[in-house]
Amino acid sequence: MGDGPEGRSGPGAPRRSKPVRRLDRVIIRFAGDSGDGMQLTGDRFTSETASFGNDLSTLPNFPAEIRAPAGTLPGVSSFQLHFADHDILTPGDAPNVLVAMNPAALKANLPDLPRGAEIIVDADEFTKRALAKVGYGADPLADGSLGAFHLHKVPLTTLTLEALKDSGLARKDAERAKNMFALGLLSWMYHRPTLGTESFLRTKFAKKPAIAEANITAFKAGWNFGETTEDFAVSYEVPPAKLPAGRYRNISGNLALSYGLIAAGQRSGLPIFLGSYPITPASDILHELSRHKNFGVRTFQAEDEIAGIGAALGAAFGGALGVTTTSGPGVALKSETIGLAVSLELPLLVVDIQRGGPSTGLPTKTEQADLLQAMFGRNGEAPVPIVAPATPAECFDAALEAARIAVTYRTPVLLLSDGYLANGSEPWRIPEIDELPEIKPDFATGPNTEEGEFWPYKRDPHTLARPWALPGTPGLEHRIGGIEKQDGTGNISYDPANHDLMVRTRQAKVDGVAVPPLVVDDPGIEAGDRAGVLVIGWGSTYGPITAAVRRVRADGGRVAQAHLRNLNPFPANLGAVLASYDKVIVPEMNLGQLALLLRGKYLIDAQSYNQVRGLPFKAAQLADVLWAAIGTLDGSEER
Amino acid sequence: MNEQRFPSLNLVPKAEAPQSAKDFKTDQEVRWCPGCGDYAILAAVQAFMPELGIRRENTVFVSGIGCSSRFPYYMNTYGMHSIHGRAPAIATGLAASRQDLSVWVVTGDGDALSIGGNHLIHALRRNVNLKILLFNNRIYGLTKGQYSPTSERGKITKSTPMGSLDAPFNPLSLALGAEATFVARTIDSDRKHLQSVLRAAAEHEGTALVEIYQNCNIFNDGAFEILKDAASAERALIRLEHGQPIRFADQGVFRGPDGELTCAEVTAANEARLLVHDAHAPSPVTAFALSRLADADTLHHTPIGVLRSVRRPVYDTLMAEQLAAAVDQGGEGDLAALLAGRDTWTVA
Repeated sequence: MGDGPEGRSGPGAPRRSKPVRRLDRVIIRFAGDSGDGMQLTGDRFTSETASFGNDLSTLPNFPAEIRAPAGTLPGVSSFQLHFADHDILTPGDAPNVLVAMNPAALKANLPDLPRGAEIIVDADEFTKRALAKVGYGADPLADGSLGAFHLHKVPLTTLTLEALKDSGLARKDAERAKNMFALGLLSWMYHRPTLGTESFLRTKFAKKPAIAEANITAFKAGWNFGETTEDFAVSYEVPPAKLPAGRYRNISGNLALSYGLIAAGQRSGLPIFLGSYPITPASDILHELSRHKNFGVRTFQAEDEIAGIGAALGAAFGGALGVTTTSGPGVALKSETIGLAVSLELPLLVVDIQRGGPSTGLPTKTEQADLLQAMFGRNGEAPVPIVAPATPAECFDAALEAARIAVTYRTPVLLLSDGYLANGSEPWRIPEIDELPEIKPDFATGPNTEEGEFWPYKRDPHTLARPWALPGTPGLEHRIGGIEKQDGTGNISYDPANHDLMVRTRQAKVDGVAVPPLVVDDPGIEAGDRAGVLVIGWGSTYGPITAAVRRVRADGGRVAQAHLRNLNPFPANLGAVLASYDKVIVPEMNLGQLALLLRGKYLIDAQSYNQVRGLPFKAAQLADVLWAAIGTLDGSEER
Repeated sequence: MNEQRFPSLNLVPKAEAPQSAKDFKTDQEVRWCPGCGDYAILAAVQAFMPELGIRRENTVFVSGIGCSSRFPYYMNTYGMHSIHGRAPAIATGLAASRQDLSVWVVTGDGDALSIGGNHLIHALRRNVNLKILLFNNRIYGLTKGQYSPTSERGKITKSTPMGSLDAPFNPLSLALGAEATFVARTIDSDRKHLQSVLRAAAEHEGTALVEIYQNCNIFNDGAFEILKDAASAERALIRLEHGQPIRFADQGVFRGPDGELTCAEVTAANEARLLVHDAHAPSPVTAFALSRLADADTLHHTPIGVLRSVRRPVYDTLMAEQLAAAVDQGGEGDLAALLAGRDTWTVA
């Protein structure tokens, strides 16, 4: 583990001559212009932190515009990282440290900072013009308005240029390394290992060695600056977290989901066929899968969302594990083909990385408002199993689970992730391959009737799945289509009774999908001292809900928690769980979609708590909600 | 078995025994209107399929929605009757992932050119190994008689009582503009010609678009009568044959000084200047001009046959090659190595 630029002497690089303070957790936010490389800086700090062994959670937050006008509020891009010596669940409510590369970044992020937070600004960027651009009448660095914070005015630009004065780079190119200077400074402050970043920069700029060296020089200069300047009196140490034993890596939700798909292909023996059309925030799955053709993965960038799912369905007819990846507006376009897949009863994975809606909405921000679209967004009775991961790393398991259901039951499955899971990251215990579930396609190989015929809609009596007979199998030639089919033979049928039977059978098949029981975390349950309030969520709200539950319990409150990973069908014990609590709170980043389903299906008075701000809940905010619920139940319980 | 005579089917398993048209018929009652042109096309296709010499189970018919799209139900192969306009996309996924299949798309003028126009043009530009049979009757049949994207302007239909306002698509011009490598036209009632075009399409490696003029005797009866009646066809119909001068009745096709194609009486003086049909010309310019030779309203001077047939890399072959190249470069995928990645740490 590094303690600075090992083995290299920078300008006056004495080792840890300053006091070191020990912390159990830190929240850092890097903020700058869209072009300042804040996402890269955050990613690097995350990698350093992961390799150091802290638990961590990240929240990238960037504008939809690729390059919004420089120096403006809409152009601010940020990356928040929470790391700790213990298991943590969210990227944190309020940053302890803000790195602001310009006045816009300061202004946009200041409202989130608690008193006493450290602010590191690039003082060079606080020019009259830049201040005026974001409506600062006076220089906040000079007018005393930041008195509640610990302000570090660092001339990042000047220092970077100075460090690179011998690099031969043009001023403009040299200036671009200032994010690495900032990263170096923060790496010093928090004792991050540095060798990973150096080798990363060498690889990234392999074709431009001068740029690589300049970035490394700026990075080291930032580190040394922290060590030498008097402005930074102490550095901080956050010891590694004690996670369950195993080998770990850091992983984002979209990467975990991509790996889960590849793993599903390997564990089922089915070639993956991804038909997709680029859309934020799902495109990274297309990018990732297209890099793994040596796993037999075919990726097809279609002409539109409809062709993406159409091609995936065509490939599924041919025996591939058909996958399509998209976000909410894409799901809307795919609805008709999902309905066809319901009717054809072929396996198909539809991955929806939810974002703010309706319509184009907030392309780069998170939301979980597609649940009802996933559940009902098709013509006719077209039930589809739905799975939803709760954390970035869980996206891996969710992909395998979705594939298991799709293949076992011959049905399209909707996987609901969201922008927060997709781009956020956390440590992931790398599974052993033989721990992963095996998925059995069980293709039809011969006739399935006593008369020696093949009936494409003769079902397995247990799963109600129909046979999957692949073109190329002699004797099983058959035609399927979107028109209602006669039970068993699959021939076109307009018979009223048959239609009623088929509609009910398709529903029964999905209702009968085996899903694990809902686990309730209620510490008092064994002592017969059940909590009165149950908080239940789904998807990415898991982190903030769990963090809020911990807070409430730490302060003596009693609250039970459950989290749904299967949203259709629901776990069999869900109704009983809901009925056993006096009050059920459902926090969602929508206007109450799960709550509507729970109320409708179980006739319980589930209480919604909603937010659609494009950002995850904060733990403190949800803790207040839980306390309020506890309070209405039992006035004696005070916070 | 002999070398596969259809290069596009080299990877498809060959039939062990000869097949007949009967082998391709299903037990399903055919439910088109009596007198529909689709019957003739179905019979012609069923009679043609045995010629391919491939296993029936390795043949797939995919269709969209419309009268023509019922076709797969009547072919005793694998088949999918999908949703409106999407057959080319679905078939693309199937063909791109299964090179051992012969994949056919059956579609109509509404299905392929209206709701599914986008998928059609992209299938053509990609050059996936698909054979697309576009039944063009210039009307919407299944929805009972509205004008279609190939209907002539001013068409009086249920939805256009004062006449349609849209200019029609020319399907072959559209296909050529979409970089199609194979474009042909034939007529439902001319079985011999239809089968000769199917043969050429099957031989083609990549996407083949075959426009089949098909009579809807209920909503647009006689739309192509001028090309079918022996007397009128003689002067209206132009049969294209690769390598042959293009002539019909006493007429022929000539290239004018501005490059446009014109029809004129063939004389001893101009006979040497007759346009010789070259379906394999690398440039689509002449094929495009041929596709626009007919008068859109009267159908006078309608060329049938193969307008263009050129070689270009096939999408599914390229895709398979990339997969093989990826294995060559990086070895077979190793899941454990992939999951572990490069930066890991161990917690004891």
